[in-house]
Amino acid sequence: MSYLVSTVCAVRDLVKTYPAARGRRGAPGTPEVRATDGISLDVRRGEIFGLLGPNGAGKSTLVRQLTGLMRPDAGSVDVLGHDLVRHPERASRLIGYLGQESTALDELTVSLAAETTGRLRGLPLRQARAERDAVLAELGLAEIAARPLKKLSGGQRRLACFATALVGERPVLVLDEPTTGMDPVARRAVWAAVDRRRAERGTTVLLVTHNVIEAETVLDRVAVLERGRVIACDTPAGLKQQVAGEVRVELVWREQAPLEVPEVAALRDVAQESGRRWVLRLAPDEARAAVAAVTGGAAFASLDDFTLATPSLEDVYLALGGRAKGLVKA
Amino acid sequence: MLPTESAEAGTVPGAAGRTAAAERGHESAGRRQDAPDVPDVPAAGRAAPLAPRAKLLPSLSAVYRAQLSRARVARIPLLFVATFQSVGIMVLMRGVVDGGPGARAVVSGSSVLVVAFVALNLLAQYFGQLRASGGLDHYATLPVRPAAVVLGAAGAYASFTVPGTAVTAVVGSALFRLPLSHLWVLAAVIPLAGAALAGLGAAFGLLAPRQEVATLLGQLGMSAALLLGVLPAGRLPELIRWARDLLPSTYGVEALARTFDARPDWSAVGLDLAVCAAVGVVSLAVATWAYRRAAVR
Repeated sequence: MSYLVSTVCAVRDLVKTYPAARGRRGAPGTPEVRATDGISLDVRRGEIFGLLGPNGAGKSTLVRQLTGLMRPDAGSVDVLGHDLVRHPERASRLIGYLGQESTALDELTVSLAAETTGRLRGLPLRQARAERDAVLAELGLAEIAARPLKKLSGGQRRLACFATALVGERPVLVLDEPTTGMDPVARRAVWAAVDRRRAERGTTVLLVTHNVIEAETVLDRVAVLERGRVIACDTPAGLKQQVAGEVRVELVWREQAPLEVPEVAALRDVAQESGRRWVLRLAPDEARAAVAAVTGGAAFASLDDFTLATPSLEDVYLALGGRAKGLVKA
Repeated sequence: MLPTESAEAGTVPGAAGRTAAAERGHESAGRRQDAPDVPDVPAAGRAAPLAPRAKLLPSLSAVYRAQLSRARVARIPLLFVATFQSVGIMVLMRGVVDGGPGARAVVSGSSVLVVAFVALNLLAQYFGQLRASGGLDHYATLPVRPAAVVLGAAGAYASFTVPGTAVTAVVGSALFRLPLSHLWVLAAVIPLAGAALAGLGAAFGLLAPRQEVATLLGQLGMSAALLLGVLPAGRLPELIRWARDLLPSTYGVEALARTFDARPDWSAVGLDLAVCAAVGVVSLAVATWAYRRAAVR
């Protein structure tokens, strides 16, 4: 049975180009955009595989092509032995998908949203209700089951949408920023539910995120996307190994940086500035010298806070040449 | 593993073997080329089994039930507006027509107007909004047939019109002293006119390039049903009478108007309703096609 081989999802040379739009009445036109520009990936069975990148990197376009919502211009998508470019309608029978929009469910109660989605995933009524009850209990949603989604807070609504993605089991889950707006309790419920399915049924998860902390803690492997290309693909630890020789120094100034101090002026050339905050990636001895310079002498009076840390995936992204700002640390 | 390696492994055959992942990818690519292409059911042992599709009737009823519940949750206040609007029109028209064919046209036109307002106008807006906001993705990533989604929503919106249409017809009959004895025909008029108008509304909403255009088309369709349905046909210029004949709601209005006779011409009523049914079948088929087109971009 070759579907038991470990590659669940194989993507090869996926290309999707959005055509140039003509400008109208004052608004400038947009040039042609390659949203996915030759992406190749292999996702293994039972893996939590992440797509990390800032907004506009092509994550959602890639996911839409994997779930049969969008036809690529070129390339192939193979999920569990099925060619999804040729047969996009099979995607819904292999993949449970959580998109970013909930408008189709907003006016339904949590309970009816989960039940209806289960029935539309092909479950008989009785089974849809049983799975609905089990999933709502598992995620701690039983108390708000009778409330309509649009009356819930953003995080609760997101959790309810996540619940609908679990009713009607699928071997592959594609989750597009599932934890947006959630509090820590809800996030834990999501990752516990994902882990349980992976341990019990070997479920494979493809996760879209722009949150580097989440990527580091929950992902087995991660592909870093930048302008429609995969610029790196490895385990979070393996990726961080690439910048292991560096230390991340964050400086926060009280009002403004004391540029009259020569050491500080020199640091400015290598710092990433955002307001009062400077972020520097330095070799360990450089970092020591920098900390000594700002914590002693004239500069210290202007310093509000500083931290030294080992690099995060954000540093990897920047070291690999990522230019956009838009990764979130939360 | 360096980024360029993983990205290139699939493109350049010579690069195979650099990483375990890339090797696996090539093996499966080779299998794909060797194996004969089986259209729908993949050969056992090669591909994972597919989960079953949702069957048409159960999924249609699930969509219908979910849509009906929206009326309770969202309390679509426009349902009441539709009834008040129609009753108001009848009160106004009482000063213009008194009894006879004019009164029948006004009462049946106002009743069918409720159907046009909800099934055509509101459904066009709903689908337009769902499409613009990306809400169609939810249905498009479930193994449900397009017809089940379109028919379930159209059926629910047609059902929303039942109380308003019935109230309007009864109030109108009382206002103009028309007989109530044949009002049971509403049981055929509402679903058939509802199918025709909801099909049009769904098609408008799913075909319109932008959400505002969907709203505009829905409003225009309802305005046409208002003007051409409520005003007695005898007083209209010839050109407008042709337009009236092209509007599907007209046949629902005529069918209902004929039943206010002491001895209705049932074959003519049946013919009018058959036109509604035919338009319903065609427009719902168009809406289903439009849904399919809108769901995969």
